Amino acid sequence: MNVTLYIWRQKNAHAKGKMEKYEARDLSPNMSFLEMLDVVNEDLITQGVEPIHFDHDCREGICGACSLVINGRPHGKQHATTTCELRMRHFKDGDTIYVEPFRAKAFPIVKDLTVDRGAMDRIMQAGGFVSVNTGGMPDANAIPISKKDSDTAMDAAACIGCGACVAACPNASAMLFVAAKVSHLAYLPQGKVEAKKRVQAIVSQMDKEGFGNCTNHLECEAACPKEISVKFIAKMNREYMRSSVVSK
Amino acid sequence: MKLDAQTPSGPLPEKWDKHRFEMKLVNPANKRKYSALVVGSGLAGASAAASLAELGYRVKCFCFQDSSRRAHSIGAQGGINAAKNYQNDGDSIYRLFFDTIKGGDFRSRESNTYRLAQVSNDIIDQCAAQGVPFAREYGGTLDNRSFGGAQVSRTFYARGQTGQQLLLGAYSALSRQIGLGNVEMHPRTEMQEVVLIDGHAKGIVVRNLATGKLESYAADAVILATGGYMRVFDLSTMGLQCNVTAAYRAYKKGAAFANPCYTQIHPTCIPHTGDYQSKLTLMSESLRNDGRIWVPKKHNDDRPPGQIPEDERDYYLERKYPSFGNLAPRDISSRSAKEACDDGRGVGPTKYGVYLDFADAINRLGKNVIEQRYGNLFDMYHLINDEDPYKVPMRIYPAAHYAMGGLWVDYNLMSTIPGLFVLGEANFSDHGANRLGASALMQGLADGYFVIPYTIGNYFARVGAQNISSDRKEFKEVEGQVDERIKKLFAINGKRTVESFHKELGQIMWEHCGMARNETGLKKALERIPALREEFWKDARVLGDTEGMNVTIERAGRVADFLEFAEIMCYDALDRKESCGAHFREEYQTEEGEALRNDKDFAYVSAWEFKGVGNKPELHKEKLEFESVELATRSYK
Repeated sequence: MNVTLYIWRQKNAHAKGKMEKYEARDLSPNMSFLEMLDVVNEDLITQGVEPIHFDHDCREGICGACSLVINGRPHGKQHATTTCELRMRHFKDGDTIYVEPFRAKAFPIVKDLTVDRGAMDRIMQAGGFVSVNTGGMPDANAIPISKKDSDTAMDAAACIGCGACVAACPNASAMLFVAAKVSHLAYLPQGKVEAKKRVQAIVSQMDKEGFGNCTNHLECEAACPKEISVKFIAKMNREYMRSSVVSK
Repeated sequence: MKLDAQTPSGPLPEKWDKHRFEMKLVNPANKRKYSALVVGSGLAGASAAASLAELGYRVKCFCFQDSSRRAHSIGAQGGINAAKNYQNDGDSIYRLFFDTIKGGDFRSRESNTYRLAQVSNDIIDQCAAQGVPFAREYGGTLDNRSFGGAQVSRTFYARGQTGQQLLLGAYSALSRQIGLGNVEMHPRTEMQEVVLIDGHAKGIVVRNLATGKLESYAADAVILATGGYMRVFDLSTMGLQCNVTAAYRAYKKGAAFANPCYTQIHPTCIPHTGDYQSKLTLMSESLRNDGRIWVPKKHNDDRPPGQIPEDERDYYLERKYPSFGNLAPRDISSRSAKEACDDGRGVGPTKYGVYLDFADAINRLGKNVIEQRYGNLFDMYHLINDEDPYKVPMRIYPAAHYAMGGLWVDYNLMSTIPGLFVLGEANFSDHGANRLGASALMQGLADGYFVIPYTIGNYFARVGAQNISSDRKEFKEVEGQVDERIKKLFAINGKRTVESFHKELGQIMWEHCGMARNETGLKKALERIPALREEFWKDARVLGDTEGMNVTIERAGRVADFLEFAEIMCYDALDRKESCGAHFREEYQTEEGEALRNDKDFAYVSAWEFKGVGNKPELHKEKLEFESVELATRSYK
């Protein structure tokens, strides 16, 4: 199969970027979307043109590195799928495909389709943890946790930190990412101890990083490759309200 | 070069306690005078960086990914072993130790492997305290599953994402220390060289991958936790950026490389489909708990699997290894799949595939149970292959997965360069010639949380704080060498893409130094690798410039190192004239085709010393002494 690509090229954070046109020929429908870009890049290198830069690593949907907006949707239109898991059989022969970076004020472009998502790390550094040092922990079975709570915590913890929720949101809000982390720890007894402090610290850092506010568009849930539910945003709002009342 | 394993004396179960008492300590107020650089932020690196910072040492941590949360430990699916004996099924520290050393075909160091089993229980406690959402039973206690090479259920898991959840635990501990200002984190930064001062590792030169600039960092010790080298095969289950560069550059500076030929080929991966392919996707070994592996009995049988009657199927693992069946260790399962396919009984379009069939399990347990256990893996398979594994059996084939070999380390995890410590997959120490499933996560976290915090203190206390500055001439010299090498790569200005060299090297290694090896093939590889390397330095194409991000120069540097490293792997495989674990030499097998180990001549660790590019490295041998276990033929029948 053949496709026509329009891809965002931008030399660095300060340069002006633009969409460039490329033709990708003789593709196999079994190729992943990124393997298709690999083939395009091999051609470009052979022609002496710098390859298209994009973040990727595990290529099996778990590291959260890949991050493209494909035809206007983060990770493409396929439900619950990261860009790297996307296959060319999800497209049609002769399709025109537009590929852009995740765009948000808090995600400055580094080069082409590569963006800096360090803001998400800084949110985690502000409070995305249980404050325990290594060593001297009670036996792992000492605190029983109901299967329901543990499963719900796992549903939230499945977030891969890719930032698709931010890219999908008209306000570039990081609410779903933040809510997933707050909820994961708030559902577990180990995380409850400092739940109030955590939610305050993490939300305050989110605001500082320049992410927008949540106005309930729910685009984040639709774009999330790990199907993180927006019910966690409700959970975080409850946690936040409670901690605001209690701590003040 | 002298190899001194520093193994403590005394009975096996008391060695670690005794050693911890004998090691020197740094008093809490003095810890801030010492600094450490941690290269890599996977399970081993992140846990080490966090734990050392908690103790009060000043830590800088480096990773080439855009965030430390993306290190490839995240890809591990199945689980993590511990000797908790929560299932009351006969597990113990000694049994976990024994299974691990037997699984490694008696080619690992007894003392290290025993310590790994000892600290395994602390790891589970630590992770639970961090909020790792392990799978639980309805009563609220932790659930376990079984894995290959063991007859007890000792594997803890978090759905099919155990590596991710454990890594996020370590990442959260690291993030906390970064937030507190105790760790300085450098993402998108790749180590280029270790800097030695008076023979001790006292710093590194790195390349900032976002700006392209070289930077120097000095400290009192350097820790490499940079993972394995399986991308030498090009196609593997590794992340695409995984590389051997940090370990290999340390080797060139004098760190011995141990057992490079011990490479694990994982039995359950999605088969190869075409030349464009960039990686092979692993299907967790846990699938073998409920899936049955088979091929048709008839050669070149083109019938769809559903039309092949029961009595015309060969469930070869159950037939050959009745007591372990589909849970035979990885090396044995992989080799059996290769044998079946080489015999012309493989399935799928390339005929290099075998069936992993869940029909029996679905009939017995119901689709819901299978979905609960493996739902995400089934979805992943469906997405990649466009076939529904609830309806038709999966097709799987072995793929390059894990490096048991790595930089040589002593009991303290220190390499032959004083002050250079190596943790996790990057070292060689605990798995011998074959790693059992769910043991990699255990080892990475054992090294980072529970070994290095003690042993590095001992080193610091012995050598004292030196407060070295990265302005010293030693740093400038190394920076100059790195800069020159990068310029040399740009100057090749050839026609062939770096990727094409990587692919060709991968094919050479897979063919001659893969699942089965022989003298003729290895010698052929040793002719082809230097020729390919020469061509690389004449004809590789590196584009762009040193300013800013440039993936072609990143890849070129890594592939250039693989093109040198591949040779030591072949030398090692050639030297080891026996079959053990994942190292199968066709010349050394029993009449039934099983690995034929030779304990009399080969019960040693091969540690290779660099002697110049293109020259044969020098072999040093660390004799393996077994005080506690009896060397037995490994049988899973």
